Amino acid sequence: MPFTKHRRFHATSLALALGAATLTACGSSDDESQAESGPAALTYWAWTPGMDKVVDLWNKGPGKKEQIKVTVKKQASGDTLVTKILTAHKAKKAPDLVQAEYQALPTLVSNDALADISGEVGKAESEFPAGVWQQTTLGSDAVYAVPQDSGPMMFYYRADLFEKYGLKAPATWDEFAKTARALKKKAPDKDLTTFSANDSGLFAGLAQQAGAKWWTTEGEKWKVGIDDAATRKVADFWGGLVEEGAIDNQPMYTPAWNKALNTGKQIAWVSAVWAPGTLTTAAPDTKGKWAMAPLPQWSKGENTTGSWGGSSTAVTTDSDHKGAAAKFAAWLNTDPKALGALAKEGGIYPAATAAQTSGAFAEPPAFFAGQKDFYPRAAEIAKTAAPGAWGPNVNVAYTSFKDAFGSAAKNKSDFGDALTTMQDATVADLKKQGFGVAP
Amino acid sequence: MTSARPRRRTSHGTRSAPYAFLFPAALLFALFFALPIGYALWLSLHKVEVDGLGLGKNARHEVWAGIGNYTDALTDSELLHGALRVLGYGAIVIPVMLGLALLFALLLDTERVRLTPFTRLAIFLPYAVPGVIAALLWGFLYLQDVSPFFYVLDKLGLPQPDLLDGGPLYLALSNIAVWGGTGFNMIVIYTSLRSIPAEVHEAAKLDGCSQLQIALRIKIPMVAPSLVLTFFFSIIATLQVFSEPTTLKPLTNSVSTTWSPLMKVYQDAFGKGDINSAAATAVIIAVVTLLLSFGFLRAANSRTKKEATR
Repeated sequence: MPFTKHRRFHATSLALALGAATLTACGSSDDESQAESGPAALTYWAWTPGMDKVVDLWNKGPGKKEQIKVTVKKQASGDTLVTKILTAHKAKKAPDLVQAEYQALPTLVSNDALADISGEVGKAESEFPAGVWQQTTLGSDAVYAVPQDSGPMMFYYRADLFEKYGLKAPATWDEFAKTARALKKKAPDKDLTTFSANDSGLFAGLAQQAGAKWWTTEGEKWKVGIDDAATRKVADFWGGLVEEGAIDNQPMYTPAWNKALNTGKQIAWVSAVWAPGTLTTAAPDTKGKWAMAPLPQWSKGENTTGSWGGSSTAVTTDSDHKGAAAKFAAWLNTDPKALGALAKEGGIYPAATAAQTSGAFAEPPAFFAGQKDFYPRAAEIAKTAAPGAWGPNVNVAYTSFKDAFGSAAKNKSDFGDALTTMQDATVADLKKQGFGVAP
Repeated sequence: MTSARPRRRTSHGTRSAPYAFLFPAALLFALFFALPIGYALWLSLHKVEVDGLGLGKNARHEVWAGIGNYTDALTDSELLHGALRVLGYGAIVIPVMLGLALLFALLLDTERVRLTPFTRLAIFLPYAVPGVIAALLWGFLYLQDVSPFFYVLDKLGLPQPDLLDGGPLYLALSNIAVWGGTGFNMIVIYTSLRSIPAEVHEAAKLDGCSQLQIALRIKIPMVAPSLVLTFFFSIIATLQVFSEPTTLKPLTNSVSTTWSPLMKVYQDAFGKGDINSAAATAVIIAVVTLLLSFGFLRAANSRTKKEATR
């Protein structure tokens, strides 16, 4: 009898211990938002490499004075982080500050995850190009984020091979097509470039350049313009090139793509200001052989580009110290010291106009050592970036792009049909969620 | 009467003991199994609705959706196509993988085979390679421009098929699963082959059975239960295929984001942020998996029972 009793006691205590362990495992990590008064401790989710070093500058300088301490928690980039922020926000535990791509802002705002910080950072508006700033306001009086970096698009080409084949950097898209065909004639095993369906941001940027506005508002309704004339022009252009075989149709960022760039099988790339970094790792053997030119234009004399990439710093509605967080966000993206460190440690191209010509950008990127005016030209191009127009379900449109254009590129079929699919999927999703949708 | 009281007390004590022992397991089961499943069911019966532009506070609220998410999922042609793709994939993987596993197990079990431990380990080793790594490895080998295979084909002047497109894509994906899974299944079958008593073989040999006859008439029937088990596991693994196509997706235009049903769940939940639809699709997949795998198990059991009574 005593023996059984003893054993039962053990079993119960083990069970209790297990239960307690699981309960604590569920309920931990809710101790961060306690500091109600006095100094503020903020958490910041970001993916920019070296952000912790930039934040150190704050914590040792202005942050120390104001008793605002920021801790960086490194995150995965882009869409993955949006999901994570929304999940954390559901539990009311989102960090104080987050890094968010411009196209993700409407999604975050429509989930009520981002705070309006117009009171604290409104003054910074003049430091940024209008097209960039406008993406953080969503066309309203509110300001939901401070722009951090931008990705004005440019045309990159192998200067040595262009010379070898007697080609010139195309000034218009028409010339671009002619260049692709001329190369095919001279070297049938080479391609000018590829149409890749695995990064929707590239296509979105090209559409912006053509004047597309994918999401606009009409009163209390969203209007989706993915299937508009401007985008259709872009889709038909690239679809035509793929169909006639003037360019390749394989996705980028694959080992095969790296090799094609590295061996000169593909001799140009429509990309953005951050391309030198990508080329350094993808095509290390071609260092110094590339040149940068403005993006080809739709008609001669025009001077517009699109944006591919770029992100901002936002304050969440879950933060207990929104004012302090906004102060840090403004410092991070406008203070010359901070921007210099961001460029040096994180390799970002700042959205703030003054910083684009600062000391950090006096020298061209090492990969483009021959092109002395790389950054001055980039700053000129950045000024011509067409504004982005984003809506609350960019993710749906982007996924639909990957699938529809992926299969269209594979089959060399009509890109216009793929564009219709993308438009329909985006509208259907808005309607399903209950958004007001203008016809 | 006098002896009744202590007896009742004892029986009361022993009666509650099992519950005390069960409690930890039951608690863990409830917390980490029943509760999440219940939450998934709850999610699948709700949806998020947005007003107007959906900007600003309180623009979103969760409302009862009934079976709306389920009808949406079941009428979504993408899910059906995904299921058909997985069916085609499974029709290649399961027979090839189990066939090879059985063959290797039988070969290892024959007498006078040399280097058994080494061979066994070599065949099993791919199973120890994580699925994502295996898919990456093979993905590189499938890419025309970087693969040494294609280099050799090119040098020999042989045709170079695009392995990441159309029909060959199924073979390419199946190959990864077969490469990774054969070893595990072989070990399961081999272990049960080793448990067949030696005298059975000896008796058969004395009766003049060849090795092939022993394998076909004695060994395979005797390891049937483990064949059933491996088949059961393989069905479940096939229906849940996710990491291979997801890893190959960036390498080709042919794998869509919703190639397999589980990829659609992932895409709905983390791409579109529509956790409710994802929950409904997940429940459907779970039910189909249960029906298929347990249906097979029952069919197999009733057959073995019939054979036993015969």
